[in-house]
Amino acid sequence: MSSASRFTSILKLIEGPQTLGKGPKFWSGFSVVLLAACAYPAFADSYDVGNNVYFFNWLFMAMGLSLIWGYGGALSFGQTAFFGVAGYAYGVLTINLGDAYGLTLLSLVLAVGLSALFAAILGYFLFFGRISGVFLGIVTLSVTLVLERFMAQTAGPEWAIGKARLNGFNGMGAMPSLTIPWPGGNIVLYPDVTLYYVTLALLLVCYLGLRILVNSRFGNVIVAIRENPMRAEMLGYDVRKYQLATFVIGSALAGLSGVLYTSWGNYITPASMGMTAASLPIVWVAVGGRTDLTTTIIGTLAVLMVFQSLTIYGSQYALIVMGTLLVITVLIAPRGIVIALISPFMRRKSKLEGER
Amino acid sequence: MEFLYSLFSFFYQFGDAFAFLVLSACGLAVIFGMMGVINLAHGEFILCGAYVSTSATHMGVPLPIAIALGSLAAGIAGMIVEVVVIRPLYKRPLDTIVATWGISMIVTQGTLIVLGTTMAGSGTPFGSFTVGDYSYSIYRIVLVVMALATLAALWLMFTKTRFGILARATIQVPHVAEALGVNTNLIYSLTFGLGAALAGLAGGLYAPTMTLVPTMGAAFMVEAFVTVVVGGADIFLGTAPAAVVLGFIKASLTSWQGQLAGQIGMLIAVIIVIRILPRGISGKILKERA
Repeated sequence: MSSASRFTSILKLIEGPQTLGKGPKFWSGFSVVLLAACAYPAFADSYDVGNNVYFFNWLFMAMGLSLIWGYGGALSFGQTAFFGVAGYAYGVLTINLGDAYGLTLLSLVLAVGLSALFAAILGYFLFFGRISGVFLGIVTLSVTLVLERFMAQTAGPEWAIGKARLNGFNGMGAMPSLTIPWPGGNIVLYPDVTLYYVTLALLLVCYLGLRILVNSRFGNVIVAIRENPMRAEMLGYDVRKYQLATFVIGSALAGLSGVLYTSWGNYITPASMGMTAASLPIVWVAVGGRTDLTTTIIGTLAVLMVFQSLTIYGSQYALIVMGTLLVITVLIAPRGIVIALISPFMRRKSKLEGER
Repeated sequence: MEFLYSLFSFFYQFGDAFAFLVLSACGLAVIFGMMGVINLAHGEFILCGAYVSTSATHMGVPLPIAIALGSLAAGIAGMIVEVVVIRPLYKRPLDTIVATWGISMIVTQGTLIVLGTTMAGSGTPFGSFTVGDYSYSIYRIVLVVMALATLAALWLMFTKTRFGILARATIQVPHVAEALGVNTNLIYSLTFGLGAALAGLAGGLYAPTMTLVPTMGAAFMVEAFVTVVVGGADIFLGTAPAAVVLGFIKASLTSWQGQLAGQIGMLIAVIIVIRILPRGISGKILKERA
């Protein structure tokens, strides 16, 4: 097979059995949304643009959780651990290395790599021990809670890595933003229009890449494992390796969220790994519909916007609403509210196709 | 003599850690072992027990009765939660985790809104005694006794009472138990209520030693989780030995490096134990016996 035809056969995986949305109708709708997203900074003020980047930052973690939980069927409560590890790693690296020569980009790669390595070590013990599904959640949750407590007590001056003070409960600040080296002056990605486009592009790449991944042979195997681990094993797949790989990819995405968030606000605190922080991604992904990337993104954006407006008008009630939303979703629409809303439409469509 | 003093100090710390692990985990272990449900709102039942018992103490109720009241309140709350949220989800164990987490978020934040950021504590009773250069709290010794008493009471309940036998029958083969006339729904409710009441008991017992804040449940969560993961599904063959092992690790690391090191060490121990004994200590024991 020539490399060109191999490339097109990979591209064809962009739609398939594991993703909702296919055909010209979906992709034209997708293009409209994408164009609207591209045009958005022209019509909005810079605060709103920066705020949207904040929303985008979380989508990577949500997609990672959708991959682990929705596609892989392994519920991890502790994605914030990888978010925090990568965020702190980015801070420590950039404060020590500085922002010249594209070193912030190197720090980004190293920080995401570190969170992936951490996930690989933790995942090795969890998946190769073949623990049952419920335990994965509570072990990862314990890990993130202990990490939070550990970082919260690093206030003293002895807790420093190179020039970077960890600052305990108050969190670490003053790390440089992501900086792209460019002839005629570095481009510093402040929360503004440039960062908006960079994040959007990154988001697009991750989204389309994940679509290809879940429709590939690998994706079909992890869905098979979710549906029936024993059958998948009988068919000759090493369940543990697939689960571990899924966990590492999803956790690296959480790490990417952590780096982008830290660079966006030049700030990260231990609270980003705490109980509240850990519970929110579960709400986003569960409400949207964890078994599909597109509904995960829609749900996450919707919940984030609701949460933010609630925080502005009545901050203390926001978490109650989130908790209630989660309980109601699980009881009434276990596959996710967005999926529940679109599924009657989907079913009718597939029936029509069947009649034809 | 110096050696005996430090030996006593270590045993005191070990007993303290053991009691904390047993008391914070046994409610979670009852619910997980009997029903396969991981109750992430466990910390909030502990919170409920702590707040109710402390309020009762403020009103002049003697401490033992106040603790019993806290436990009772948590138990009733648990039964309500079981009927409303858990019962529709028995066939989907992963979803019960998510739903109980939702409850936990609602309760923590609700407590913060209704009762404020903190509640006045009641102070540790009984005073202290001195061994060597250090003084020790008598109440901590009482807690160790209570932990052992709780285990003994649970053992009696599950082996000697009618409820215990019906509960075990229901767990083993639900439809046969139902065919023999057991009201399995009631048994599930009572079991969940029992787990919640045990959490409330832990909250009531530890309330005098802690600051009462709406997030205090989280302080128990890590310990309760790791004990149940290491122990596995059986309370007596699992939770109790797990608490001994983890209590030993925690006490050694705590006296050497401080409280956080104790927690981190416990967590690392758990992750390694999972690799070797995926179904916990009790899974190992039961497999060998079978």
